Amino acid sequence: MAQSVSEMIREKRKSSKRQKLEKLVPGLLFAAASVSVLTTVGILLTLVVETFMFFTEVPFSQFFFSTEMQPLNRSEPTFSILPLLSATLLSTVIAMLVAIPIGLTTAVYLSEYATDRARRVLKPIVEVLAGIPTIVYGFFAFTFVTPVLQNIIPILDRTNILSPGIVMGIMIIPMVASLSEDALSSVPLSMREGAMAFGATKFETTVRVVIPAAISGIIASFVLGISRAIGETMIVTIASGSNKNLTFDITQSMQTMTAYIVEVTSGDAGAGTTAYYSLYAVAITLFVFTLAMNMLAKYISKRYREEY
Amino acid sequence: MEQNYINQEEVSRRIPGRLAVNKVVRGLFLTSTLFGLVVLAILLYDVITDSWGWIDWQFLTSVMSFNEEAAGIIGAISGTLWLMLIVGPVTMIIGVATAIYLEEYVKEGRVRTFFETNVANLAGVPSIVFGLLGLTVFVRLMNMGSVVLAGGLTMSLLVLPIVIVSAQESLRAVPSYLREASFGMGATRWQTIRSVVLPAALPSILTGMILAMSRAIGETAPLIALGIPALLIPLPSGLFDSFTVLPVQVYYWTIDAALNQNYASLAAATIVVLLVLMFILNSAAILIRNKFQQRF
Repeated sequence: MAQSVSEMIREKRKSSKRQKLEKLVPGLLFAAASVSVLTTVGILLTLVVETFMFFTEVPFSQFFFSTEMQPLNRSEPTFSILPLLSATLLSTVIAMLVAIPIGLTTAVYLSEYATDRARRVLKPIVEVLAGIPTIVYGFFAFTFVTPVLQNIIPILDRTNILSPGIVMGIMIIPMVASLSEDALSSVPLSMREGAMAFGATKFETTVRVVIPAAISGIIASFVLGISRAIGETMIVTIASGSNKNLTFDITQSMQTMTAYIVEVTSGDAGAGTTAYYSLYAVAITLFVFTLAMNMLAKYISKRYREEY
Repeated sequence: MEQNYINQEEVSRRIPGRLAVNKVVRGLFLTSTLFGLVVLAILLYDVITDSWGWIDWQFLTSVMSFNEEAAGIIGAISGTLWLMLIVGPVTMIIGVATAIYLEEYVKEGRVRTFFETNVANLAGVPSIVFGLLGLTVFVRLMNMGSVVLAGGLTMSLLVLPIVIVSAQESLRAVPSYLREASFGMGATRWQTIRSVVLPAALPSILTGMILAMSRAIGETAPLIALGIPALLIPLPSGLFDSFTVLPVQVYYWTIDAALNQNYASLAAATIVVLLVLMFILNSAAILIRNKFQQRF
């Protein structure tokens, strides 16, 4: 009996230790979970504070409305986001002209036409495209796509916005395809059967019934693709050069917002210079654009979702 | 009198056309699906032919050099391994802990929505912005300089959302009857998580983490933003040494390719090494998933 009492005491001690652990663990886990919140706070703080510093030195109007971008001009540097914005806009438009039609038709093929076996083979291969590092796409655009395009368009510069735009589109195809396919395959079979019972062909069923029923998910995939294109860095950095003139000529070199950040950080703009602070003003613009696109995509897929 | 709404003749007249359109479109859709595969094949062909003859033992084991023939990537390889050494444990601990907190403790309500919205938004932030965060906080504020630790932590923050989401999915896949059985035998919540839920979810968590790591070693932009040098640097031997990684090496050789075609070959050869490394990681992830994953 005496032994069992001491055992009970030991047991009791153990369980009080256990109790402490029970209380301690959620706190530790919460601390870990706060890391991601702190990251967001950190991003916002650094961007806002340094951007504020930038606007104490450069007037708001110059940054948003002038067209001269010469950050490293020693005597009289000027800062304007417009040339960077136009390059980002153009590369995004070109990328989406590639990614939307090919991504959507790939999604339709995989979800509506392909046999199970074909889908099991094709889908993973298409998704490999999404796993290739962007630096490899940059290399591909610069050393392969641009020379090929130069044979077709002789006036194309060695660095231009067309080639990285196209390659960026190829990179985004899997994203558009797989998100759209998810939307298409969540349309219930009964709707397709209904259309086919009326004598519609597969194509008519797809265009008139399945795509309209899945349209919110499809549009959301386009918007996410746009966000991805805006934030893409290495492809444009390598293949589009660093020309900061405001132009809409896609055969010329242009610098996107992301490429500007790479150029200035890898260059010799020391901390505290205006060029250094301009990084953050550009980055916050980039951040706001991508965040807005991501929220828009979420809104579209939530607001216009049809429940079946 | 019954009115005939359907003009049968008109309908039959249109049928061949509609069927033809259906057939043509099917071909077009297939072509467009194959477009991705063709580009992938061209890309691999381009990289492999460019690198042909450049990948040998000397290339893999030599340090950087301005002499293309003697240049190697041992520095970049060891830098990439160092990066994995930091990103793996850091994201594993923080990511899995976050996922456990959200899935096993908070479960639902505003707190969870808040954390999940935050993670989803972070996942959409361009990687270059993470680079600026690392530059500001780790390199300048904490005065680390662009060293292994700064790069590793920046990359960890970048892939953390991916690890959290995939770990959450792994935990969610563990059926609740396992937890209930454990509670029923008198186990506490943490005992249940540690001895029942985590072991059941581990293979799937590992798979997600390896895939995130494969993403991390392919990222270039954030590390360039940290100010990783293109120049000759000694092999890193600790957390506070400067370093370079494979994709950054590819970047500097690619932009020099205009000067000298050999640099394009060096870049292509480095890409092949990077892709092989990623392929190994992805295969490992798939192997782990197939071998250890239990179906409940």
